[in-house]
Amino acid sequence: MSFQYAPAPESTSIVNIKSSNGLFINGEFTPGHGTPFKTINPATEEVLAEIAQANQEDVDAAVRAARRAYDKSWSKMPGRDRGKYLFRIARLIQERAREFAVLETMDNGKPIRESRDVDVPIAAAHFFYHAGWADKLEFAGFGSNPQSLGVAAQIIPWNFPLLMLAWKIAPALATGNTVVLKPAETTPLTALLFAEICQQADLPQGVVNILTGDGETGRMLVEHPDVNKIAFTGSTAVGQAIQRQIAGSSKRLTLELGGKAANIVFDDAPIDQAVEGIVNGIYFNQGHVCCAGSRLLLQESIAEQTIESLKRRLQTLRLGDPLDKNTDIGAINSREQLNRIIDLTQSGEDEGAQRWSPDCVLPAKGFWFAPTVFTNVTQAHRIAREEIFGPVLSVLTFRTPDEAIEKANNTPYGLSAGIWTEKGSRILGMANKVRAGVVWANTFNRFDPASPFGGYKESGFGREGGIQGLGAYLTSEESS
Amino acid sequence: MSSFNPQTPASYKGLHSFLAGLPGIDQVGAEARAAALGTRSIKKESKIWAIDMAISMVDLTTLEGADTPGKVTAMSAKALHPDPTDPSTPSVAAVCVYGDLVYAAREVVGDRLHVAAVATAFPSGRASLNVKLADTKEAVDAGADEIDMVIDRGAFLCGNYGKVFDEIVAVKQACGTAHLKVILETGELKTLDNVRKASWLAMKAGADFIKTSTGKVTPAATLPVTLVMLEAVRDYYQETNIRIGVKAAGGIKTSKDAIKYLVLVNESVGDAWLTPDLFRFGASTLLNDLLLQRQKMITGHYSGPDYVTID
Repeated sequence: MSFQYAPAPESTSIVNIKSSNGLFINGEFTPGHGTPFKTINPATEEVLAEIAQANQEDVDAAVRAARRAYDKSWSKMPGRDRGKYLFRIARLIQERAREFAVLETMDNGKPIRESRDVDVPIAAAHFFYHAGWADKLEFAGFGSNPQSLGVAAQIIPWNFPLLMLAWKIAPALATGNTVVLKPAETTPLTALLFAEICQQADLPQGVVNILTGDGETGRMLVEHPDVNKIAFTGSTAVGQAIQRQIAGSSKRLTLELGGKAANIVFDDAPIDQAVEGIVNGIYFNQGHVCCAGSRLLLQESIAEQTIESLKRRLQTLRLGDPLDKNTDIGAINSREQLNRIIDLTQSGEDEGAQRWSPDCVLPAKGFWFAPTVFTNVTQAHRIAREEIFGPVLSVLTFRTPDEAIEKANNTPYGLSAGIWTEKGSRILGMANKVRAGVVWANTFNRFDPASPFGGYKESGFGREGGIQGLGAYLTSEESS
Repeated sequence: MSSFNPQTPASYKGLHSFLAGLPGIDQVGAEARAAALGTRSIKKESKIWAIDMAISMVDLTTLEGADTPGKVTAMSAKALHPDPTDPSTPSVAAVCVYGDLVYAAREVVGDRLHVAAVATAFPSGRASLNVKLADTKEAVDAGADEIDMVIDRGAFLCGNYGKVFDEIVAVKQACGTAHLKVILETGELKTLDNVRKASWLAMKAGADFIKTSTGKVTPAATLPVTLVMLEAVRDYYQETNIRIGVKAAGGIKTSKDAIKYLVLVNESVGDAWLTPDLFRFGASTLLNDLLLQRQKMITGHYSGPDYVTID
């Protein structure tokens, strides 16, 4: 007899989704002036809510509100008072954690286990961390009197909606900037719930403004002349477009873009934990992770055995209802993304790589993709070079540490890497040679607000988190 | 290693290098994996199934200086019929007692349940091999069909793997047809690397089961330690096609904990190990919590401690 887990769905009764949602400008929800669009639950394709589309008029109003808040209150407020608001926001996120987790899972498709145990707690941690910095900025290493920049335009992706919001808003507010943030088109709901938190925390009007909309809204925000700083997380193509748009202006820019991380496993690795790390590296959040360990580099001497262990492990992954507390793999966020994954995996097959997935039944409705492993992949295959942003692992092999480095670095990206070995000196040696902003040793996809995150090359520039992340929102000049 | 163990004969070189060559264990990663499996939510019919499975896997245990034939008789009666108000309740797997009380247990359970005896100078294992073998033989002669032996942790920690190995081989021989459970006492081995080494050592020496703890040392069974032992039996099976059992003993007090262990078994070694022949709980108070939860699942309300029997 086998141990079947009965369905254990998290109740959705805790969330209250309005059928129609406005923009959050100057501390109030106001209707947008563009044509509203709908956000759906990717696991069921059911419409969750109608969302306002911000047009130029709305962008102007939001930036104006942010500027007024910056000039009147936020930039002049003592750091310890700004810190109080941030602490308050952090506590409110914790208090309403379950609400955030359920809403995130409904709008994004990620398993409740992840939204509950990763996204929401780390989002709260980012506010706590930056709350602590608010009154200590003169000791952060940016001169004795670092100054805020002004109005920050922040554009975030759909893979970690609330967490990316926290990565953007927490440091901006701690350093005395005000914010206009645009969540991704497919995942606006937790940002709107965050707007409620801002009201609940009595945050001064206009310090945080949230504009929902599509890429066009984002473009208008980036081009707005009264914006001082742009922080973008998303695709490399859009990041490059933003860089072109603001060329010649004095706007400061940080970009956190794509990745094609190498997860390098040596023959002296702790194999069972490495297998967990491989799974966590690429199947966490359906592989919708810019720093995902999408290229597995296995030392040839252990390749066969490790692939076998990996396949055995993948058989135990539970794909299905994201709200079920036992689900490991949720839904793909959108049909568009699903199509991209299907297209790239097809190219993998066409180019001769060997495709494998565990037995799993995909639900009839919604957007789903089975966890997939490609073996016999070479550096020349598209699936070894392009970011798939889905639960698809490309397995390559190497013979020596030098070859591992060469292959790991042979990518236009440079966001993250993983190194698995029980030999400490090898970890340090490899970490120095891998061209990646984040290098994990004997773990993968671990995030902490105190640790800077960001990339090399086409993965972007600038860092988020840690002391380094504060630098993206400060200047040592007297005025900005 | 030989400089610390001048007595290690050359014949053990293979054993030493084999154990040294086992892949390492990253403690942080192993703990994270065990903790993640601990968040599985087991509800409704799967919970009833798991509770019955857990009851059938219990080695109902008393290992006190104050144990008497009367105490063992009472506990053995309970082992046969854990919940006298509900005959659908499964029996436990075995009763586990000191060797001198095996006869008392056997009188009650007959051949309906296993009787396990701790032996080999339990719990410390600090006695000569002759004493350990005599201890084992007496228990088997008194009717024990399962022997829970302890390894010599001192010998293991100073690298004298050969001594540990030989003792297990000798005790296994003394067991005759009785099943041998080898207690690693992981709370004294401390590192997960040691747990993996000791697991392999015991399996290669002939253990039918590997067992976490005596229950006399803290920490006793933990999820990460049990996970590492399950991975060892899984790997051993890959190599030999022989399934070795695992017994988690000590410190598992609630149904919730027991279910976490079953999830761990299910998702690390799989279905095949979800049987009392291959997975056991060494416990005393756990059984009553399982019974309370079982009553609750069936009747829909909680009773209380007076509605389950003491033993």
